[in-house]
Amino acid sequence: MSVAGAGTAELTPEQLAEVRRLQGLYPDKRAALLPVLQLAQDACGYISLETEAYVARLFDLSPAHVHEVVTFYTLFFREPKGRHVISVCHNLTCHLLGAEDAIAHLKARLGVEVGGTTKDGRVTLLSVECLCACEMAPMMQVDDRYEGPLTPETIDRILEGLQ
Amino acid sequence: MRERLLTGNFHLPQSHTLRVYRETGGYAGLEKAFALPPAAITEEVKKSNLRGLGGAGFPTGIKWGFIPKGHQGPIYLVINADEGEPGTFKDRYLLEKDPHSLIEGMIISAYAIGAHVAFIYVRGEYVRPWRILRQAVEEAYAAGFLGRNILGSGFDLDVVIHRGAGAYICGEETGLISSLEGKKGWPKLKPPFPAVRGAFGAPTIVNNVETICHVPHIMRRGAEWFAGLGTNTQGGTRMYSVSGHVVRPGVYELPVSVTLRTLIYEHAGGLPNGRGLKAVVPGGSSAAILRAGEIDVTMDVDGLKNAGTMAGSAGVIVMDDTVSIPEALMVVARFYAHESCGQCTPCRESTGWIFKMAKRIVEGKGRKEDLDTILDVARRGAGTTICAFYDGAVGPYISYIEKFREEFEALIPRA
Repeated sequence: MSVAGAGTAELTPEQLAEVRRLQGLYPDKRAALLPVLQLAQDACGYISLETEAYVARLFDLSPAHVHEVVTFYTLFFREPKGRHVISVCHNLTCHLLGAEDAIAHLKARLGVEVGGTTKDGRVTLLSVECLCACEMAPMMQVDDRYEGPLTPETIDRILEGLQ
Repeated sequence: MRERLLTGNFHLPQSHTLRVYRETGGYAGLEKAFALPPAAITEEVKKSNLRGLGGAGFPTGIKWGFIPKGHQGPIYLVINADEGEPGTFKDRYLLEKDPHSLIEGMIISAYAIGAHVAFIYVRGEYVRPWRILRQAVEEAYAAGFLGRNILGSGFDLDVVIHRGAGAYICGEETGLISSLEGKKGWPKLKPPFPAVRGAFGAPTIVNNVETICHVPHIMRRGAEWFAGLGTNTQGGTRMYSVSGHVVRPGVYELPVSVTLRTLIYEHAGGLPNGRGLKAVVPGGSSAAILRAGEIDVTMDVDGLKNAGTMAGSAGVIVMDDTVSIPEALMVVARFYAHESCGQCTPCRESTGWIFKMAKRIVEGKGRKEDLDTILDVARRGAGTTICAFYDGAVGPYISYIEKFREEFEALIPRA
């Protein structure tokens, strides 16, 4: 993706071909909106208003429709995020087994509040609802993978691996 | 002998591959199915007493039967892999460890209902399960189990894997359909039910992963055998996700006639550190809570319904005697407040206000009328919304307070 301005998306010809492939998978091409937004986010890091408008044109949809979709789902980021995203589950089983301690430890180690990104842009820390891995509670998602059960030691080891 | 239908291959290395699946009898159910007319398969599934294992427990064969007879035009099968009910993690295991049982189940089910396109809606956070599933679908295409003229039967099926983007409500079948159509995941008013008018306006059957994984076993070994594993009203086994204060948290596949006590103490190893049991949530966070003295119940849909709670998604959350129930309610209420889609006023408003009240009670700032206000608001809103989300929230609101009221009252300052 070439980035004309911060957060402004314009897809490469290869990516546009992938958009058309995704649109062709469904009886109505608009159904490919979520996967295409995912593609745009992967390429651009987050979804800006400019990206929403750009994607809207690819679908003949209004920017308002795209905005409504982007703001409905938790996995779409509307601001730049860290190079890594840590999402700690704070739902019931994880809560019973110490999610709050895990979050406190992460906040102290990273020097950020929940929702914040470290100054060096390394990690964004979030707390989220059930990730459906309660057998490894307390647990968290680190980018693509699930980690648990969390202790101060396992958290430190995981953080060391994030560059 | 303990029957393991769904989890029988989990211990095998490479259980997610087509090779291992075939070596253990995989895709034999499909060959049997193609020898039957589609309507006969729906009849078998009806006779098997298979019930939906995503949460609602609706009889699967009856659901399939709602597709209008003689419908002209597309029909869709949609697999709900948007696992999200707090306390539940069984579908993740199936997707990662036995994706071909889902694919075989999908082919048989699609053949039964006359669908030639099937969508699998996988929750966005499930990256590893999605990668494994995608690989399995590619393998199935390459081996001729998907695509044109499957096994020379003349039947065609294409599978599209669709990833969610983070929203619990998309596990509700009409919310899922909205999301699949590229919209925010707002549930739709029923009727029309999806079987009549669902995805893209066409008749659509939405089934949970685990439900569909059972279908090949019903084909291979027969509806009567399957029905015989369960109770009079629910056939087969199911996968119980057990978590919280137990020695061995994990997934346990058992006949639905197992009791909650046996599940916790025999299979999950009881509670650690010699602690006593305080309470159990038996079917995901939307199920009403049970006290320690209420666990001699069978874990089938009707057994738990008769006990005043529900089997739901079979997510069992065990709480020892150190747990603060008001705090647990606050955590659960935060979840419902966050996940309400905002479409219906009673749900949007009540979930937010009840979370705030539960929070102030836990913080020692509760008012003496708060408990009755929560109960009143919960009861008034139940049954007034488009989908069952708010009814699910009401289960914990009412049961936590009614069963542990003195614990809440102890936190409220006396004026």
